[in-house]
Amino acid sequence: MEVIDFIVRNWHEILHRAGEHAYFVAIAVFIAVATGVPIGIWITFNRKAAGIILYLAGIMMTVPSIALFGIMIPVLSIFGSGLGIVPAIVALVLYSQLPIIRNTYAAIKSVDPSIIDAGIGMGMSRMQVLFRVQLPMALSVIFAGIRVAVVMSIGIGAIAAFIGAGGLGHYIFMGINQSYDAMIKTGALCVAIMAVVADYIFGRIEYRMVSKGLRTN
Amino acid sequence: MNANVARSNSGIFWMILALILSFMVGVAAENKGLLQFAREHPGDIRMLLLQHIQLVLTAGAVAVCMGVPTGILLTRGFMRRYKEFLLNLLGICQTVPSLAVLALAMTYLGIGKKTAIFALTVYALLPIIRNTVAGIGGVSEVALDAGRGMGMTPLQLLLKVELPNAMYIILTGIRMSIVIMVGTAALSFKIGGGGLGDLIFTGIAMVDTGYMLTGAVPTAALAITLNWLFGLLEKWIISPGLIYDT
Amino acid sequence: MITLEHATKVYPGSSSPAVDDVTLHVPEGEISVFIGPSGCGKTTLMRMINRLTPISSGVIEVGGKNVMELDPIELRRGIGYVIQQVGLFPHMTVRDNVATVPKLLGWNKSAIDNRVDELLELIGLDPGVFRSRYPRELSGGQAQRIGVARAMAADPPVMLMDEPFGAIDPITREVLQDEFLKIQWQVKKTIIFVTHDISEAIKMGQKIALLKDGQLIQYDVPEKLLTAPRNEFVKSFVGTDRALKRLNLLRVSDAMMTNPVHCQAADPSEKIMEYMIGNDLQFLLVTDGEERLMGYVNLYDLRGHRGKVGDVVRPMTITVSPEQNLKEALSRMLGFDLGIVVAVDEDQRLAGILNSKTLFSVVGDTYDERGGHWGNVTSKGRIP
Repeated sequence: MEVIDFIVRNWHEILHRAGEHAYFVAIAVFIAVATGVPIGIWITFNRKAAGIILYLAGIMMTVPSIALFGIMIPVLSIFGSGLGIVPAIVALVLYSQLPIIRNTYAAIKSVDPSIIDAGIGMGMSRMQVLFRVQLPMALSVIFAGIRVAVVMSIGIGAIAAFIGAGGLGHYIFMGINQSYDAMIKTGALCVAIMAVVADYIFGRIEYRMVSKGLRTN
Repeated sequence: MNANVARSNSGIFWMILALILSFMVGVAAENKGLLQFAREHPGDIRMLLLQHIQLVLTAGAVAVCMGVPTGILLTRGFMRRYKEFLLNLLGICQTVPSLAVLALAMTYLGIGKKTAIFALTVYALLPIIRNTVAGIGGVSEVALDAGRGMGMTPLQLLLKVELPNAMYIILTGIRMSIVIMVGTAALSFKIGGGGLGDLIFTGIAMVDTGYMLTGAVPTAALAITLNWLFGLLEKWIISPGLIYDT
Repeated sequence: MITLEHATKVYPGSSSPAVDDVTLHVPEGEISVFIGPSGCGKTTLMRMINRLTPISSGVIEVGGKNVMELDPIELRRGIGYVIQQVGLFPHMTVRDNVATVPKLLGWNKSAIDNRVDELLELIGLDPGVFRSRYPRELSGGQAQRIGVARAMAADPPVMLMDEPFGAIDPITREVLQDEFLKIQWQVKKTIIFVTHDISEAIKMGQKIALLKDGQLIQYDVPEKLLTAPRNEFVKSFVGTDRALKRLNLLRVSDAMMTNPVHCQAADPSEKIMEYMIGNDLQFLLVTDGEERLMGYVNLYDLRGHRGKVGDVVRPMTITVSPEQNLKEALSRMLGFDLGIVVAVDEDQRLAGILNSKTLFSVVGDTYDERGGHWGNVTSKGRIP
C-alpha cells in the first residue's frame, strides 16, 4: 500500500514532525496546568469568581480552533509572533483551561462537607485541609481533566500546522494541496494514533493517581 | 425565583458589556482597514455563512436522528453484553482529531459537500451517542422501579421516565456536538465543503488579516450564538426539577 | 473544666438567638450530655466550644482559659472532635486517619505508630488487620469506633461528640455505648456529648443539659431530671414513661428483700408443709446445703408427700443478679408467672427476692407525688 510505502520512505521526517507536534502540545499543556490548577483551586474559595471564570473558559471552548488561530495571528503579530509555534501554544493553553479548571474546581468542591468539618474540627488550618485532604482526593479527576486537555490539544495541534506550527498536521494540509492521498492518510493516521495512545497512557496515569482508598473496584 | 432573575440580570449586564466591547473593537478594526473586505463583499459572506449553517444543521440533524436511537439501543437489556465494548470503541473513536476524520473521509470519498457532511455527521455522532447512553444510564433506578411497579410497558418507561430524565444530558451532548461542528465545518472547506472556512484559510494563506477575520469572526460568533441559543432551549424544554447547576 | 457563661449565638438576619444565654459548668472527667428537640441549639452550643461556630456574646472557658484568647487551631488540636457522619478521610488508611492530629503536632513516626496500635486495641480492633484498611472497607460500627480513636489520638483532655452513635443500628449502638463508657472509665476525659435520644442521655451522661429554643431548661443529674422535672416541657421530653426510665438507673440490690424465707432441700416435707400452711405461703424457695438456689416448691406438691423437700423441688428458670438494673428485672418478672424474681450471686447463692411491692416502693420512694395504698382490689364488679 502506498501509505506504508510513504511511511517507510519518510519515517525520519515523520518522526521529526511527530516530535514537533508532541513538543508544542507538551509545552501548552504544561503551561495550562500551571495556570489552570491554581485558578481552579482559587475559585473554590470565591463563588463569584468561579461563576465568571468558568463561564469565560466555557466560551473559550466554543470558539472554533481555526477561527482562534486566525485571530491570534494579527493579535500576536504585534509581538512579532504571528505565525508559528507561539500562536499555536497560546491557543492550546486557552482551550485547555476549561477542562483543567473545571475539573479541579469540581473535584475539590465534591469532597463531602462533613469530611472538611472533621478536618477543621480536629485543628487543621484551611490550607492544611486543602492540601492534605481535598487535593489528594481530587487528584484523579484533575488528571482526567489534564488527559482531556492533552488529547484535545493533539487534535487542535494538527490544525496549527496551517499557521506554521509544524507537527503532523503538515502532512494533512500538504497532502490536500498536492492531492497526495498517501500523505494525507499518513498524517491523519499518525495524529489519530498519537491521540489514542496519549489517551491510553494518561488514562493509566489517572488510574494510578486514585488513592487506593478511593478506588471503587 | 429571585436568584434566577438576579442571575439573568447579571447575564444581560455581561452581554451588554460584550456588545459594547465588540463595537469598540469594530471601530478600531475599521480604522485599520480590516473591515474593508467585509464591506465590499456582503453577498459572498452571507452565502458562505448560509452554507456553513446548512452544513452544521444538516449534519446535526442526521447525527441526532441516528445517534439518539443508537444510544437508546445501547442501553437496552439485550445489548448489555456488547455495551462495554462498544462504549470503549466509541471512546477511542472520540479521541481521533476532527481534522484526521475529515482528511481520511476525503481520501476515501473524494472532495465535496457530501463528504463534508458525512465526516461531520460521523464526528458528531460520537458525543451524541455517548451522552444518550450516559443520560439514560443516569436515570435513577428508584424511578424506574416505581414505573415498572405501576405497570408501565418498556416503551412507556422509555418515553415517560427514561427520556425525560435523560433529556438534560442528551441535549447538552447535542449542544456540544453542534458547537464542535461549527469548528469542524470551517475545516471542511479544505475538503470541498465550503462555508466560512474559505475566508479563514484563504485569508491566512494570503496574509490578509481583514479577509481572514471576515471568516473567523462570524464563525466564532456563530458558534457562541448557537451555544447560547441551545442553552436557552434546554432551560425552556427541561423540567426545572432536572436542571443541574454545574 | 469547661465553663460556659451567658453563651449566646445570634445568626445575622435572624430575630431569635440560636443559643440564648446558656450558663453551665462541666466538671473535669465527666460526661455532660446536651439534649433537646431539633433546632434547640445543642450542636451549635457544642461547636462554640471549639470555635467552629463563633460566639456572639458570653464567655467560654476550657481549662480555665477563655477560648477566644487562644489560637483556634491550637485549641482544636487539643480537643477531640467526633461527628455523626464520622468524616474519616477516605484517601487515607485507618492508621493515617488516626495519626492526623499527632502528625499535625509533630510527633515522630514511632511514637505515632505505637499510639495508633494502642488506640486500635483500646477500641477493640486488631491493629494488624485494621491499620492498613481504608474507610470504605469498614462497617458503620468500625468506622465510628475509629472516629473516636482518631479524636483521642493526641490524648486531649476534652472531647466534643456530636451524635456519634446516631447513624448506627440500635444493636451496634448499644455495644458502642457500653465500650465507650468502659474506655471513659479508664481515661476519664471531660466530654460533651450531643444526642437527641433521651435514653442514650440517661445512660451516658453524668449530667444532662436539656435545651429548648436555644435556652437551657434544666441541667442536672439524670435521676433529678426524671424525678424532679422542672416544668411540663422537661416532663414530656423525658417521656411519660419516666418511671420506667428510672428503673434503668436502679439496681436489683437497691430494691430486693434480702434473706428471703426459704428452706433447704434436705428438710423433711411434712415439717415444711406445716410451716407453709401456718404462714400462708403457696410457694417456698429451696436451697441446697450451701445456700445455693435449687428452685422452689409448690404447696400442692408437698401434700401427702413423705420424704425430703428436695424430691419435689421445681427448678427456678429465671433469676437475676443483684447488679442488674431494675428494668431488666421487671422484664423477667413479667415473664415469670409468680410475680416475683429471685436474685442470686455468681455462685448461684440466694441473694434476695424482688416482688412488685418492693420494686414499686423503692421507685415510688423517690417521687414527689405520693399515692396511697389501694389494698386488695378484686374483680368482683359493682358492690351490690
